[in-house]
Amino acid sequence: MGRRDSVNDTLEVSIWRGGDDGRFQAYRVPRRECPTVLDVVTWVQRNVAPTLAYRFACRVGMCGSCAMTINGRPRWTCRTHVSKVARGGKLRIGPLSNLPVIRDLACDMTPFFEKWQAAKGRFVPAEPGRSGFAPISPASPRRQEIDAAIECINCGVCYAACDVVADNPDYLGPAALNRAWTLVEDERDGGNRERLAAIARAGGCGSCHTNQRCTALCPVGLNPTASIAGLKRTVLGALLRGAL
Amino acid sequence: MKDRAEIILWAGHRLSALLLAPLVLIHLATMIIAIQGGLSAEEVLSRTKGSVLWAGFYGVFVVAASVHGAIGLRTVVQEKLAWRGGSLDFATAAVCAGLIYLGLRAVAGVVT
Repeated sequence: MGRRDSVNDTLEVSIWRGGDDGRFQAYRVPRRECPTVLDVVTWVQRNVAPTLAYRFACRVGMCGSCAMTINGRPRWTCRTHVSKVARGGKLRIGPLSNLPVIRDLACDMTPFFEKWQAAKGRFVPAEPGRSGFAPISPASPRRQEIDAAIECINCGVCYAACDVVADNPDYLGPAALNRAWTLVEDERDGGNRERLAAIARAGGCGSCHTNQRCTALCPVGLNPTASIAGLKRTVLGALLRGAL
Repeated sequence: MKDRAEIILWAGHRLSALLLAPLVLIHLATMIIAIQGGLSAEEVLSRTKGSVLWAGFYGVFVVAASVHGAIGLRTVVQEKLAWRGGSLDFATAAVCAGLIYLGLRAVAGVVT
């Protein structure tokens, strides 16, 4: 197209400043061609607010570090074009929801990782002394079940999106449960006795209401709801067999 | 046991839903047939009095609905009012017992 936007065009951007008890502060950002929200945040930090705290890394939609709340929705800022989300030239940018705020746009991911551990989302070898690879056929049904789910990069968008996480502090959340599912279906894993008990407790897979906001907003296109449904089926089966 | 309590409640909620689905459809069909058929109260009662079938059907319905509703209520209250723990468990168990009592009383009213 090659048309430069007028220098007089500006975006009105509200950015969260401070901790949990902070507030939104307004900035005027010159509108450029095809900016992403990360471009906007970077411009503000470099030109107007040098103390603005925010996270990013790859800036090409691979690492998930730049996840923030944009106009009420959690997204990757490097993959969000301003033209797609700015309504009437306005943008509201905040840190990810459901997590404590360290400062400005940087949230504390500790509770997210702690729940990952609490869901026993950690590989436990079934054959610890084994030498050589345990062959898993790519065509095996259990491998196919988790083929997408293993791609999770733990960006926290699903956790921030989930209404149940917001209402229930015990809820492990979609990412932790998705990870647990990838291990439940991993034939090399031997930790399912403890894992199923961990995800059957209060705040486990039973707390999911199938709202599917996680699936709707996952930037990698995963389906944590389906993983949680798999956990529900597995746990129910174990309960009815007396194996839980 | 406490670790399993939540998943047992969850399973009870889903299994009672499985039971309620056909019961509700049969109930709706029965109501529509009775009303559209122009049955009077006396005619309805003449069919239900002494009927093991209607007593069994609505007895199961009452228990399933009470269990399902009470467990669901507990979850909604926990999430929206941030009330949790033993006192909520007791309150929702009391709701369940109350619904079973009132429901079975109503069933008895048309069956005896």
